Amino acid sequence: MTSQTIQAAAVDPKAESAVQMIDVHKWYGEFHVLRDINLNVRRGERIVICGPSGSGKSTMIRCINRLEEHQKGRIIVDGIELTNDLKRIDEVRRDVGMVFQHFNLFPHLTILENCTLAPIWVKKMPKKEAEEVAMHYLKRVKIPEQANKYPGQLSGGQQQRVAIARSLCMSPKIMLFDEPTSALDPEMVKEVLDTMVGLAEEGMTMLCVTHEMGFARQVADRVIFMDYGQIVEMNTPDEFFKNPQHERTKLFLSQILH
Amino acid sequence: MSTAVDMPRFVRAQQVEALPPPNLARGPVAWVRENLFSGPFNTLLTLVVFYLLYISVPPLAKFLVIDAVWSGSDRAACRADMGGSETGACWAFIWEKLNYFTYGSYTVSERWRVDIFFALLAVGVGWLLWLKAPRRDLGAVYFFWLFPVASYILLTGGNADFSGGFWLGFLIFGALLIAVFALMAAILKTSLRPALIVGGGIVGFIGITLALMDMDFGLQHVPTSLWGGVLVTLLVATVGIVFSLPFGILLALGRRSKLPIVRMASVIFIEFVRGVPLITVLIMANTMLPLFLPGDITVDRLLRPLIGTALFSSAYMAEVVRGGLQAMPKGQYEGAMSLGLNYPQMMILIILPQALRIVIPGIVNTFIGLFKDTSLVAIVGIFDVVKTIEASRIDPNWAAPTIGLTGYAFAALFYFIFCFGMSRYSLGVERRLAAGQKR
Repeated sequence: MTSQTIQAAAVDPKAESAVQMIDVHKWYGEFHVLRDINLNVRRGERIVICGPSGSGKSTMIRCINRLEEHQKGRIIVDGIELTNDLKRIDEVRRDVGMVFQHFNLFPHLTILENCTLAPIWVKKMPKKEAEEVAMHYLKRVKIPEQANKYPGQLSGGQQQRVAIARSLCMSPKIMLFDEPTSALDPEMVKEVLDTMVGLAEEGMTMLCVTHEMGFARQVADRVIFMDYGQIVEMNTPDEFFKNPQHERTKLFLSQILH
Repeated sequence: MSTAVDMPRFVRAQQVEALPPPNLARGPVAWVRENLFSGPFNTLLTLVVFYLLYISVPPLAKFLVIDAVWSGSDRAACRADMGGSETGACWAFIWEKLNYFTYGSYTVSERWRVDIFFALLAVGVGWLLWLKAPRRDLGAVYFFWLFPVASYILLTGGNADFSGGFWLGFLIFGALLIAVFALMAAILKTSLRPALIVGGGIVGFIGITLALMDMDFGLQHVPTSLWGGVLVTLLVATVGIVFSLPFGILLALGRRSKLPIVRMASVIFIEFVRGVPLITVLIMANTMLPLFLPGDITVDRLLRPLIGTALFSSAYMAEVVRGGLQAMPKGQYEGAMSLGLNYPQMMILIILPQALRIVIPGIVNTFIGLFKDTSLVAIVGIFDVVKTIEASRIDPNWAAPTIGLTGYAFAALFYFIFCFGMSRYSLGVERRLAAGQKR
């Protein structure tokens, strides 16, 4: 693997690392889904994770905001170690935004309400201020005019941009993307990727599970290839694509890059 | 220009404009042909239905309206041997007994209080059900606090006459409750002040309510044994409906809880209540409840079946709500959790609004079932609408052949109006909600 050594992690809020995963293992029943994951994400770093389906990529990033529980090892997010303590989990989730493959917008709320919900209820922001923040981010993802519609009235690409805006309204320090473009029609992939590139350029810490290799080349600081629940290869995008080391990586790249 | 099949290459030169659909056939004749006689089977069905309508509607209309007796002061009007007519319904009987069907044996001079109760109920229901009504938050306060307290005072006469011991008990309870809140704040390591304010608020709120119930407004006391008719039916139905939904939601959440004790308790309650007929629950509430309580506490004989029906329907409601919760995609929970919402926020803001919307038909179905099941409280000696009709039917003053049929026709009409109203209202709500948020 890489030359990176992970220090025995001291919990430190001013840590260089945004996310530290140390010897993380996870099982679904008997099935060993994450094996010996060691990953240290620096602040402002953009990481793209790829790999065949069932390789544990989604599970890994879902462990970072505790949508999945790990059974062994340590995960430290923004200086807070994830344990069973609900308060800490809530703290972490407040700082970690997540964008899902299927958007997971709330269909009974308007776009604006989707965006203001968490700031109002979790951050106790006054409604007016929350709406201003929401409109600011909706403008950034270029759909302020849809604010009063319901998610079902928007196209997939627009919905995913709303999902990104919704996460940004909580001013997260880290953003997780779980195959954000996989459920979109080809015509709409670009608008979502452009939004993500914009975000990356502003220095957001991002972990992104995606098969958009163009995106990886353009913005990633590191590309991780996973298979069978393990990190198989991790490198800068240039090296990763030009000069893959592991057999599995070569095989995978030969199949997705034509 | 059209696309020819054998063309090797084709590039469209101009856009095909949208055209109106072909004007095949419109108008009533076309509608009848398409909807009633579109095929041999459909034609047969149409003819059968027309025949059934032909043999059922005219006699019914004849009995209920055309041959009906509309006025009269005793059985003579509805007996052929005394110069009346007995081929049609005897509405004179209903008219004569309407007060009894409405109030039961409620003290005659005090019946204006029941009328006010009906008016207050109508205002509350209208306020909450009219979706565009102003200040529906105030409406909720009115319906769930002001209205019940006012109804209690109006209907019973208030002046509950709590003893000094009762108030002492309340003080101890209040102190304990505040202490529990303070303890919880200490355990959760949050600040003490809000906990004390909430605890004190709850105790004060209950205290004010009890004091109002205890106050003497100079109204004559009317014991619940005199209540009856529409008053009792609406009371039991309203209490059942108002309590069954929140209890049902709590039970449904309990049944899906990760805590084994909460889950077991919910499952046992739901399965036990669903496995037992309502009549059994009512008889148990009536005869067994006093056995479990200390000797000096008596539960009002109307309150017992009230609790029975509320618990009974909440078990059914729990399963309806659980159906809605099952239908929610996992992504909604994950979306809510990833934004940092805690469990109550996630449930109240995201999951329940959607889950309940899915099961509106099931909820209303349970309400309608509950409304009609209120007629079973007669089994424990409560005079609801059906029971008052039963009692009037055998009045010798109105002994006539059509009295029974007329009474039951009236009961059917009464129940139908309320149940059909609920059904239509729920359809309207469904349509309104569906218009807002197409998925």
